[in-house]
Amino acid sequence: MYPKQEVVAMLLAGGQGSRLGVLTQKLAKPAVPFGGKYRIIDFPLSNCVNSGIDAVGVLTQYQPLVLNEYIGSGQPWDLDGNNSGVSVLSPYQQVKGADWYSGTANAIYQNINYIDRYNPDYVVILSGDHIYKMDYSKMIAEHKANNADCTIAVIDVPLAEASRFGIMNTNPDGSIYEFEEKPEKPKSTNASMGIYVFSYDKLRKYLIEDEETEGSSHDFGKDILPKMLADGLKMYAYQFEGYWKDVGTIDSLWESNMDLLDPNVPLDLTDESWKIYSRNPVVPPQYIAETAEVQNSLIADGCSISGSVDFSVLFSNVVVKPGAVVQDSIIMPGSVIEEGAVVQYAIVSENTVIGKNAVVGARPETIVDKDQWGIAVIGDNLKIGAGAKIAPKAMVSKDVEEVEE
Amino acid sequence: MRGNNIMGIIFANLHERLISELTEVRIMGAVPFGGKYRLIDFPLSNMVNSGINKVGVITKINYQSIMDHIGNGKAWDLSRKQGGLFILPPFTDQSNYSNRVSTLNSIRPFLENSTQEYVVLSDCDTICNIDYQDVCRKHLENGADITLVYKRDQLPEKLHDPTVLSFDSKGKVIDVQISNNITGSCSYYTNMLFIKRELLMELIDKCISKNTLNFKRDIIQGEYKDLNIYGYELKGFSPVITSMSDYFNANMALMNEDIRADLFNSDNPIYTKVRDDMPTKYGLGSKVKNSLIANGCIIEGEVDNCVLFKGVHIGKGTKVSNCVIMQDTKIGADSNLSYVIVDKDVTVKDERTLMGYLSYPVYISKGSVV
Repeated sequence: MYPKQEVVAMLLAGGQGSRLGVLTQKLAKPAVPFGGKYRIIDFPLSNCVNSGIDAVGVLTQYQPLVLNEYIGSGQPWDLDGNNSGVSVLSPYQQVKGADWYSGTANAIYQNINYIDRYNPDYVVILSGDHIYKMDYSKMIAEHKANNADCTIAVIDVPLAEASRFGIMNTNPDGSIYEFEEKPEKPKSTNASMGIYVFSYDKLRKYLIEDEETEGSSHDFGKDILPKMLADGLKMYAYQFEGYWKDVGTIDSLWESNMDLLDPNVPLDLTDESWKIYSRNPVVPPQYIAETAEVQNSLIADGCSISGSVDFSVLFSNVVVKPGAVVQDSIIMPGSVIEEGAVVQYAIVSENTVIGKNAVVGARPETIVDKDQWGIAVIGDNLKIGAGAKIAPKAMVSKDVEEVEE
Repeated sequence: MRGNNIMGIIFANLHERLISELTEVRIMGAVPFGGKYRLIDFPLSNMVNSGINKVGVITKINYQSIMDHIGNGKAWDLSRKQGGLFILPPFTDQSNYSNRVSTLNSIRPFLENSTQEYVVLSDCDTICNIDYQDVCRKHLENGADITLVYKRDQLPEKLHDPTVLSFDSKGKVIDVQISNNITGSCSYYTNMLFIKRELLMELIDKCISKNTLNFKRDIIQGEYKDLNIYGYELKGFSPVITSMSDYFNANMALMNEDIRADLFNSDNPIYTKVRDDMPTKYGLGSKVKNSLIANGCIIEGEVDNCVLFKGVHIGKGTKVSNCVIMQDTKIGADSNLSYVIVDKDVTVKDERTLMGYLSYPVYISKGSVV
């Protein structure tokens, strides 16, 4: 038996993130690079550590190699304690057979043994596809003060967007009386952030019951939460104020990266008291050459910039050669933009080479038919030949041949 | 492949007096360099990259800064069960760290209790990327007792007791001169050497018993006729820091792409303590040319020909050129700095002007407010 942990966090990181297309072909969504040096999972992991949560189970399923390797011993997040820390929990074979995680609730159910070892009072359920900084300890304190069975973090969203979310309708005291999944006519603007605090005894009971319920999809949003509400459990909404973004689509991933360049967006990564930790590559500082022009951008160590970079986020070891232009784009680690290439409104994945004078993406104002415009996405380890043109909104997963002029 | 029959010993506090400004609050090994490194990162990383798994770091006084930097050695993969990192401060009363020979004698138990056949000794005053495996190979080929790593160049002006070597056609040392009065290009010893552990202990015992305690004079000069001492030439970028101006020039040399490729060779990377800074933010209207910049900076002004360490802020309308600006220094708006070495945690307020000159960069000490 391990020493008791008052709180255990379970981080759902098994999703494919199919809407991210080529970016998640070889890795799970939480492992997608973000913000010049992070991966998405750094945010919930760092939030856990900064909130004082020492036991974190990360549930993986889809393409776990990169994610597993990245989490490793958990040392970069101080999650490598003697009796606690981060544990990667993948589906496994049991006496009665082997099962993939069939839903979010089933994934937790299959790891009840992991949670039981710590004998926790509370379990926090998190997902690995949001960018935000949040002190879970405040949410847990409110959960305790309300003597709640379940507390769901909510954020105020614009009414026009509310129908894209799960909406929590609450009484004046914050208790939830109704739960609407993507309602056509939302009654409130309290959108669920997919962050739940449960009193573990209740959660355990409902997980086991749900597992035995035929026809259940074993999902928190669809099964567990509605059942708890129907049974009259004490469920409260926890109002979160601050920056929170679901980065499940190309557009939202691009926007969220660009938000880091906007001084008015309340996501401060320089805050010493709430650091976002990550695994740091061993690379020298970045070099900005005589011929370079860099403005309003985020650039990581190991980069070598000789061209023009504007409104962009560049990860480690990116090379921008003389005469190349990168604007409003995200360039992931190790990619090279050759001489004269122009990359605009694009996401270029890792270790890809954009050949000389190639053109990737376009500015929206240059496109007449706005339906044809979007962020161009280039997969990892590709070669875009010299002079090639990649249209806006394209999703490239294969090498593109050189175009002779 | 990691792991071999070699151990390393680094002298982390020697040569401080040559750059007394930078070493007022730290020892030589902890002197910041190149945007994110400390001088000890170079010998430590070189040893680790050469497969050395056991490294002793000798510290005499004021070693808080180095302990803070190297910690348990994790950043160099030296937090190990077999071997690993050993910090060797003096043992009160019984230790004598007043010279190199006595220091080595004081750490005799560490040497005795090691099992490695060979020892590499290094100081922290030479910045380089060297493969000690290659030194070992040459050492064995030559059947040498000691291999001295040397540089072929003009003697650095302020080098203490320069040890100039002459070789026969096979590279064996046939003459050793210890003199400052040698002009022109010569082969001088860099305080890095390769020796059998047993032999090192023997030579130290001999010196202690005769009370001849000068490592260069009594071991290298005293023994070269009786022992097979060979040289190994240190090539590539490898400045020896003997003055503030050497220090400044070595930083500025990093603007050269070939030098960076040589020193930060990605096959033999230079490791350093990690600090989890965010990437550097270049503001609207920032203008940066020919500069080496570490993560965590916020740049809103003009930066030309500078080395900026982690977490430096350059305010709007400020122009810094030909400067080395260390960790977490904040420079306000509309200031102008040229040829200045600014130490850590300095605050330069708005509308300040600080000017040095190429041959005499101005130095602003740690934590100052200008």
